Amino acid sequence: MTTETTSPAGTSLGAEQLGKFLYEMMLIRRFEEKCGELYTKGKIRGFLHLYTGQEACAVGSMAALEERDKIVTHYRDHGHALARGLDPDRVMAELFGKATGVSGGRGGSMHLYDVSKGFLGGYAIVAAHLPLAVGLGMASNMKKEGFVTLCVFGDGSVGEGEFHEALNLSVLWNTPTTFFCENNLYGMGVPFHASLSTDIPKLAAAYNMPAVSVDGMDVIAVHEATRKAVEHARSGKGPYFIEAMTYRYRGHSMSDPELYRLKDEIEEYRQRDAIERLKTHLMEAGQLDEARYQELIARVEQVVDEAVEFSEQSPQPGIDTLYDHLYKEPSDG
Amino acid sequence: MAEMRMREALREALREEMLRDETIFLMGEDIGLYGGSYAVTKGLLEEFGEARVIDTPIAESGIVGAGIGAAMGGLRPMVELMTINFSFLALDQIVNSAAKLYHMSNGQINVPLVIRMASGGGSQLAATHSHSLEGLYAHFPGLKVVCPSNAADAKGLLKRAFRDDNTVIFIEHTANYAIKGEVPDDPDFLIEFGVANILREGTDVTIVGYGGSVHQATRAATLLEEQEEISAEVIDLRTLRPLDMDTVIASVKKTNRCVIVEDAWRFGGFGGELAAQVMEHAFDWLDAPVARVACKDVPLPYNRNLEFAALPSEEDVVDAVLGMFKE
Repeated sequence: MTTETTSPAGTSLGAEQLGKFLYEMMLIRRFEEKCGELYTKGKIRGFLHLYTGQEACAVGSMAALEERDKIVTHYRDHGHALARGLDPDRVMAELFGKATGVSGGRGGSMHLYDVSKGFLGGYAIVAAHLPLAVGLGMASNMKKEGFVTLCVFGDGSVGEGEFHEALNLSVLWNTPTTFFCENNLYGMGVPFHASLSTDIPKLAAAYNMPAVSVDGMDVIAVHEATRKAVEHARSGKGPYFIEAMTYRYRGHSMSDPELYRLKDEIEEYRQRDAIERLKTHLMEAGQLDEARYQELIARVEQVVDEAVEFSEQSPQPGIDTLYDHLYKEPSDG
Repeated sequence: MAEMRMREALREALREEMLRDETIFLMGEDIGLYGGSYAVTKGLLEEFGEARVIDTPIAESGIVGAGIGAAMGGLRPMVELMTINFSFLALDQIVNSAAKLYHMSNGQINVPLVIRMASGGGSQLAATHSHSLEGLYAHFPGLKVVCPSNAADAKGLLKRAFRDDNTVIFIEHTANYAIKGEVPDDPDFLIEFGVANILREGTDVTIVGYGGSVHQATRAATLLEEQEEISAEVIDLRTLRPLDMDTVIASVKKTNRCVIVEDAWRFGGFGGELAAQVMEHAFDWLDAPVARVACKDVPLPYNRNLEFAALPSEEDVVDAVLGMFKE
């Protein structure tokens, strides 16, 4: 187990890639802020878990994947969906429960799917998707398709038996899996130190899996670590574990009174904000100026506004479709 | 046709399907070197190798989840859970992932997975190891639930399960493994899901069973004929989801009486669903209330006398039928 820190200055990533990271993180941030507003207006219902603060995890990790790779993630999944390139219109429409949503209005916020992008779902039962990632790895190995599965989960997952079962199986069966733990310090309202007797990467190391801990609020560090993990998997060396230390600025869900943490703590993490850090770096390196930054702000604003407009205009799923997709029949192709 | 036990018929089905489709692989607890707890997979490791017959750790949730993932990745896995009693540990994967992904993903992700498990009481294994959960799994939309009662059905239904694009819960009553029967050797012998089997035709009462309870039903029908001159029609449901209610209703409309036999607990059980549907669709044809013969409402005890007192017997079925003919 090693702890890696990568400073922006030390990266080999070019200005174009970093500019893309900045845009994607800004898009997720604005998208999530809008979702919060729409929730209070009753446009979005059910459980809504905002990703604000954790953007670097999704953006840095997804950029390390190829088109053929697969993703399974947890229920705080909007950021991963957008970073993977799912259509913001259709992600937002899913939150609206509309027929045009990525899951046809059947999944909602916690259950986004787009198979065409290898995005095999947000999973709302904690740690349930970890064994699925192992199975996907078995399929990749047996069919010799060479795809890697990125499996994203939170620190709350590590107490579940399935976390341990999946890590063990993936090493036993040498599956091309990247286990990516977004440690945002709280499993709902319980600090992770109160729910785990050790450090998370040590758990992976105990199963003979390489494990690193990275600054999850540094998109470059996240990207470098994930790229290494994915290369490791793709070269046949099996699973790899990344713990990304991050922080969510909003509550666990929209109904969280946040009695378990102090406002100072949130402010402290905002000082390390991934978007601000990358923006500062790019400006200092002469790769971004205020005018260009304002353009990015306008662009994400427009994309989010269009997604809302698309969702508003989209039809509800017909009641006559209630029983659709219950069982796959041969005629379904 | 060849005579064989149900466990051998199941093995034949696995073998033939693995030969037919190379995306099929097996994984489970002790299915390889050990040959399967009930010897169903005996010899398959030797024939197909460890890439396609995989011994797993004792990690029910993990291996069912891995099966789901492998199915999502384009394979057709079979997971053997040794016994249905251990499936509680995998219940979330079965119910929340396998059964729901196709619907929740709006038809994007299907899970062609076969989960086999041995079921039922009667072997003095005590309460934790004697469950009959066919009805529990039938409760969940998105699953298919199969429970063969004989060797030929076991083969035809298991082969059919591997050709389904959905998750099939395949439940094998332990008392059925050793029962012999004639089994077709046609590699394309399939039994469709949702087609009940009329094991014995009759005119006075319809006795419905599934899995293990079919045998109490059949034995009771013989006793009724020999001792009481009552002609009982016996229906083996074969699959609980999809459920062939048409055959049951047509029979009840003919016999005007219905007894349901199951190894599971009566309270909240699948028999209650059957009884309700009979009432909904054949109320005016019934000459007596639908009767249910089921497991007594206790955890199954180890002691042989106590266990048999709890499980439904053919005498219980005969008594239930006779009760319908009393004025």
